[in-house]
Amino acid sequence: MAEATLHTAPLDKARLLQWLQTYGVYAGVALLLVVNTVITPHFLSAENFRTQAVQVAPVIIVALGMALVIGTEGVDLSVGAVMALAASVTALYLGYGLLPALLVVALFAAGAGLANGALVALVGVQPIVATLALMVGGRGLALVLLPQLKDLHNPGLASLGSGDIAGIPYLILIAAALALLIAFVVRRTTFGRRLLAIGDSRPAAQLAGLPVRRVLIVVYVLSALLAAVAGVLATARLQASDPTSLGNLMELSAITAVVVGGTPLSGGRVNIGGTVAGAVLIQLLTATLIKHDLPPSWTQIAQAIVIVCAVYAARGRGKR
Amino acid sequence: MSAPAEVLAVRGLSKSFPGVRALDDVDLTLRPGEVHALIGENGAGKSTLIKLLTGVHRPDAGEITFQGRKVSFGTPLEAQKASISTIYQEVNLIPLLSVARNLFLGREPRNRLGLLDFARMHREAAETLRTYGVRVDVRQPLRTLGVGAQQMVALARAVATDARIVIMDEPTSSLEPREVETLFSVIRRLRDDGIAVVYVSHRLDELYAVCDTVTVLRDGRRVHHGPLAGLDRLALVSTMLGRELGEVRTEGVTKFAGDHRIADSQPVLDAEGLTVPHKLHGVSVRIRPGEVVGLGGLLGSGRTETAKAISGALPVRSGNVTVAGVPLRGGSTAAAIRAGISLLPEDRKSEGIVPGLSVRENIALAALPRLSRFGLVSEARLDRIVDTFVKRLRIKASSPHQKVGELSGGNQQKVLLARWLAMTPKVLLLDEPTRGIDVGAKAEVQKLVDELAADGLGVLLISSDLEELIEGSDRVVVLKDGAVVGELTGDDVTEDELMRTIAGDVPAPDVAKGVTTDG
Repeated sequence: MAEATLHTAPLDKARLLQWLQTYGVYAGVALLLVVNTVITPHFLSAENFRTQAVQVAPVIIVALGMALVIGTEGVDLSVGAVMALAASVTALYLGYGLLPALLVVALFAAGAGLANGALVALVGVQPIVATLALMVGGRGLALVLLPQLKDLHNPGLASLGSGDIAGIPYLILIAAALALLIAFVVRRTTFGRRLLAIGDSRPAAQLAGLPVRRVLIVVYVLSALLAAVAGVLATARLQASDPTSLGNLMELSAITAVVVGGTPLSGGRVNIGGTVAGAVLIQLLTATLIKHDLPPSWTQIAQAIVIVCAVYAARGRGKR
Repeated sequence: MSAPAEVLAVRGLSKSFPGVRALDDVDLTLRPGEVHALIGENGAGKSTLIKLLTGVHRPDAGEITFQGRKVSFGTPLEAQKASISTIYQEVNLIPLLSVARNLFLGREPRNRLGLLDFARMHREAAETLRTYGVRVDVRQPLRTLGVGAQQMVALARAVATDARIVIMDEPTSSLEPREVETLFSVIRRLRDDGIAVVYVSHRLDELYAVCDTVTVLRDGRRVHHGPLAGLDRLALVSTMLGRELGEVRTEGVTKFAGDHRIADSQPVLDAEGLTVPHKLHGVSVRIRPGEVVGLGGLLGSGRTETAKAISGALPVRSGNVTVAGVPLRGGSTAAAIRAGISLLPEDRKSEGIVPGLSVRENIALAALPRLSRFGLVSEARLDRIVDTFVKRLRIKASSPHQKVGELSGGNQQKVLLARWLAMTPKVLLLDEPTRGIDVGAKAEVQKLVDELAADGLGVLLISSDLEELIEGSDRVVVLKDGAVVGELTGDDVTEDELMRTIAGDVPAPDVAKGVTTDG
């Protein structure tokens, strides 16, 4: 067709924005890798990569759940509190062995997710308000269960936090496996399709007979379970349970990763690959600035710029 | 004494929005103490006219003269200051403030210290509201009142602000009959006080009960104006719908083939006594396999609500729905869909399609459980079913992966039809299936409805397009104010009969009994 070959300026801009939204985050990661290779000494060492990956793994795991929630046009502010709750419960029940402790953690997390999901899906509270309640209350409960930092001595937990297979830490393997699993759920399951439909147009999904409430509740339960996994892994790495500070501001890091990764806040789309890359991008950016002895305030400003760019690129999509 | 001068004179008012001429050279005059009915079907331009009068929009052409002076309102506030008050369908007050505060909002009585004089405010509010038949504790938040009482507060507020003109946009849509009576007495009092009232409603009985004059709009133009008394109801309805009585028309404007072979078996759908507060009053509809039943009536007569109530999308207070002899339980859309009821909603864009998902995903949306095993979608089966329907309905998309939001209205509608046909339904409820789609797609959809009926489906057809409704239906159930007022069968399925039934000229004793039971 004739129009297809016409290159007009506004069209190019729109295309560029669309390209940026889909691939911008990967381009950003690639750019940072190249820049660091040139300017940062010892950047290309395996040790450095391992450190970066281990640090970013919990953020990725939490962001996976956040991506699902945001896909339904919601948000889950309670993930940091659920991480703290997971840390407390782990410390309390570790005496019975690692596996029973993990089961109890899963129960607590599922309960938290059910509470969020019920408030959003059954009562009809806005997600930001519903999960804000648990963000405050969850950390409170975590501190009631375990008022201060407690060192943990459990060989199983210790190996979970610092063990590896062929030089790759468990943490990274678990995060990668979960990312693949969630991507599969989004793409190939009825649940994934329904989630996207509900996020895009809830009235239409309702009239099409989709189990809207059930899907929403499951989404919040998944988000809480993933946050609990991140909480347990972070605790295992620390060899200590720290409900006071574990997961602080995690909800914001996770939302940043999701948004930078090209998942729109308006729902109906979930980009898992982008979410992982988004978390990695922020991690690399922070590490780069810290390595070059820039004050932490610079890191925050840089993050802010990345977020604004991501939101700008997303804006182009909104107008169809 | 000569007739009082006009309080409002509108000349040649026009307004266009992208793609539509919403109002075209419309005149309107109001005298003090006149109650003026403003009527018209969907898209006739009533809302646009009101919005121009109240400063929400600015006219492209024409002038508004208010109390002898040419005016141009830039904002709703300016119109209000000029003493034009509007009461919208949805009450626009502040639910958490007290009744008295709402009544006096912006003009609260103050004491010598400049503080709110609550004692005086409460006393005066209670006195004012009593004259409107509202006896409540005025210190309670407004939201504790019923919708009708809230409407009265809005009305009292509008009148109390020294209004010269009060515009009421479907004020009775949420009122009980007793409250309607109170409203009427208030309107009569306004009239006696020399205030002009513009009354927008679809309920003919109300218009004749309270209005002196009428303006009929159609497609943005004024098609009739004059005194209401003595105006024949049937003439009014036909003017509104744009159909001459006894007009000779060539058959076959639509693509409907004609009568269907209707199985003489038990009904595939039997909806009995559906009642939804303020919306439906004991509506019953019965559809046999292979039958297309039309729902006739004016805007706001309860057609869409009937379809939604049958499909479980609107909770009913009472009434039963039976599908092929099996009573429907649960009152949820999911249960209705499982039983074999599919609803093509009126608002295709916001309630039908999922715009960001592809054609493929949209078609498969409702049928997902059938196309998957253990929660995993079988892509091969999904492709097969999508392929079948894209071919059968001739859906034009660049690929099945194109977003539905990018398709034309007609193709979006076909995608929705495909979504429901993939469920192999027993009953199809079609609410305005051809509104806003191009002529070609319209003909295709109409032909498809015929084919589906021939295959033994029961179809409920709602359409504001009279030709479509009359030619497409084997039978037409006529609704008015949320109740069945008549049924056209056989040779009586004509536009004339439909309009007569809507106007209420034909006494139908057997159904008339059912009308008055609820109230």
